[in-house]
Amino acid sequence: MRSVLIVTLISLGLAASLALADDRHAISERQMSRVLRQAFPSTPPDWRSRLTPDATMATCAQWGNQPPKEIADAIKRREAAAIRLPDDGNFMGDWRRGEKLAQSGYGLRFTDAEAQRPNGGNCYACHELSPDEVSFGTLGVSLKAYGRTHKFDPQHARVVYEKIYNSQAAVTCSTMPRFGANGILSIDQIKDLVALLMDPESPINKPAAAGQKGKADSKEDAGGDAAKRP
Amino acid sequence: MKRYRRLAMRSALLAGLGFAAVAGDLRAAEPDVIDRGLEAFRSMLKADPWSNPAMLDADRGQALWKERRGPRNVSLERCDLGKGPGVVEGAFAELPRYFRDAGRVMDLETRILWCMETLQGIEPAGLTDKPHPAANEPVKDPGAIATWIASRSQGRTFNAPVSHPREKATLRLGKTMFHRRMGPFDFSCASCHASPGKRIRRQGLAHLVNPDEARQVVGEWPAYRVSTAHVMTLQHRLYDCFWQMRLPELKLGSEASVALTAYLVKQAEGGTIAAPGLKR
Ligand code: HEC
Ligand code: HEC
Repeated sequence: MRSVLIVTLISLGLAASLALADDRHAISERQMSRVLRQAFPSTPPDWRSRLTPDATMATCAQWGNQPPKEIADAIKRREAAAIRLPDDGNFMGDWRRGEKLAQSGYGLRFTDAEAQRPNGGNCYACHELSPDEVSFGTLGVSLKAYGRTHKFDPQHARVVYEKIYNSQAAVTCSTMPRFGANGILSIDQIKDLVALLMDPESPINKPAAAGQKGKADSKEDAGGDAAKRP
Repeated sequence: MKRYRRLAMRSALLAGLGFAAVAGDLRAAEPDVIDRGLEAFRSMLKADPWSNPAMLDADRGQALWKERRGPRNVSLERCDLGKGPGVVEGAFAELPRYFRDAGRVMDLETRILWCMETLQGIEPAGLTDKPHPAANEPVKDPGAIATWIASRSQGRTFNAPVSHPREKATLRLGKTMFHRRMGPFDFSCASCHASPGKRIRRQGLAHLVNPDEARQVVGEWPAYRVSTAHVMTLQHRLYDCFWQMRLPELKLGSEASVALTAYLVKQAEGGTIAAPGLKR
C-alpha cells in the first residue's frame, strides 16, 4: 500500500514536471472537468465518475501510453491487486455463453439506460476469434485457435481470466478495456469468455464450418497481428 | 428538372446500399457491399456533385438561411460567420475561430446556433435538446444550414486561424481531450483513431492523428451517411463516438465539441473541403 502511494507520488511529480517542461499551457484537471461538465449536462449522478480518468488512465494519457518502466511496473502491481478470482478456483465457464458475450456490444451506453440484457464484452470489435465470424476488428491481436496454440494448458486459463478481468495488469496502458476491474463483466461472464478461448470444444479452436472453409485453411495466426492483414 | 431525375436515380441506388446495411444489421459481409457501392457512388459524385442526396439538405439549408424566422421574424442573412455579416463563400474554410461578439471560439454549427438565437430570437434549448436525427430522419435545421454553408467552401483548403490566444487555448484543449482516457472502457479518441489501417468489426477507422489521413476525411463533413440515410454533421459524428466511449450525450455547441473540431481541422490543415461528402 505504502509503496503504491510512494510510486504514485513520484509519478505525479514526474508527470507534473514533464508537463511543465513540455508545455507551459497544459490543460489543468480543474479546467478539463469544468469543460466536461458543460459538455455533458445530462450526466446522471452515478455516471459522473466516468468523466475523470482513474490514476492509471491519467498516467497513461500523461505518458502517451508509454510510461517508463518503474511507473509501468507500479501500474501493473496496482491493477493486479484489483483482480478478484472465482471463489471455486475454476476459471472455465461455458463457451456457448462466451460466444454470445463476445458478439454483444450491449451495455453502459446512454441508450442502454434501463438495462435490458447483461452487458456484452464485444470482443469481436477488436479481435478475430471464431473462424466462422468474418466481421471482426483489428485493434487487438487475433485470438483464432488461441486455446490450441496454448496447448489447452489449465494454468493458462488463469492467465486469460486475469487478462480479461484487468488487461492493465499484464500490458500497461493497453487499449483493451478492464472488463472485470471496471465492472463491465461479472466473474461468471469472464469465466464463459475464458472457455470461449481455452475450451477444446469452442468454435475458435475448431476449423471453420463448411461455408468458411477457405478461411480456415489459411495459416493459423493466434497471437499474430491481425491488423497487418488487409 | 434534369437535376431531379438524377436525384431519383441516386436515391434508388442508395436505397439499395442502405437496405444492405439495415437488413444485415451492419454485420457479417454487408459492409463490403456498402464499401463497393460507396466506391461506385463516389466516382459518380466526382462527375456530378448533385448526385449526393445531401445536396437536397443543402438546398433546404439555403432556404432556411434566407427565410424570415423566429420570434423576431428575420433571416440569417446578417449572420457573421467570421468574414463579415452575410458572407458565406469560403467562411467554412476559416472555422473554428474566435468571435469577439460571443467572446468564444466557435465552429460552424455552434455559430449557426448563436446566430439563430441572437438574430432570430430562437431559444437554443429547443435546438440542442434533440440535436441530431435518428436513422431515416432528415438532418435538423441547423445541420441543413451547416451543410449548405460548408458546401459553399468546396474546393478550398482548411485554413482556420490560430492567432488569438483563445484559438490557441482551444486547440490545446482539443488535443488534450483527444488523448484523455475515461469512462468504463478506458477509451480516448486515440484508442480508435491513432493507428493506421485498423477496424472495429468491419468498419474502417480513420487514422486522425496522421495529417495525411485527416486531410482526406475531415473535409467531407457534413456528409450523407448511407447506413442511417441522413446527413450527419461533425458534431453528430462526435456525439456518436462519445456514445461508443460510454460517455453521456455530447451537448451541441459545447466548448468540448468545438475544441475537438478545432483539433481535427488543425490536423486537416491544408486539406481540401469536399463537403458534403458521403460516408458508409
Ligand atoms: C478496444 C479493443 C479491445 C477489446 C474490446 C478487447 N480487446 Fe483483447 N486485446 C486488445 C489489445 C490491443 C490487445 C493486445 C495488447 C494487450 O495484450 O493488452 C489485447 C489482448 C488480448 C489478449 C492477450 C492475447 C495474448 O495472449 O497475447 C486476450 C486473451 C484478449 N485480448 C481477450 C479479449 C476478450 C476475451 C475480449 C472481450 C471480452 C477482448 N479481448 C476485448 C484490445 C481489445
Ligand atoms: C470505440 C471506438 C471509437 C472511439 C473511442 C472514437 N471513435 Fe470516432 N469513429 C469510430 C468509428 C467506428 C467510426 C466510423 C463509423 C462509420 O464508419 O460509420 C468513427 C468515425 C469518426 C470520424 C469520421 C472519420 C471519417 O472517416 O470521416 C471522426 C472525425 C471521429 N470518429 C472522431 C472521433 C473523436 C474526436 C473521438 C473522441 C471524442 C472518437 N472519434 C472516438 C469509432 C470510435
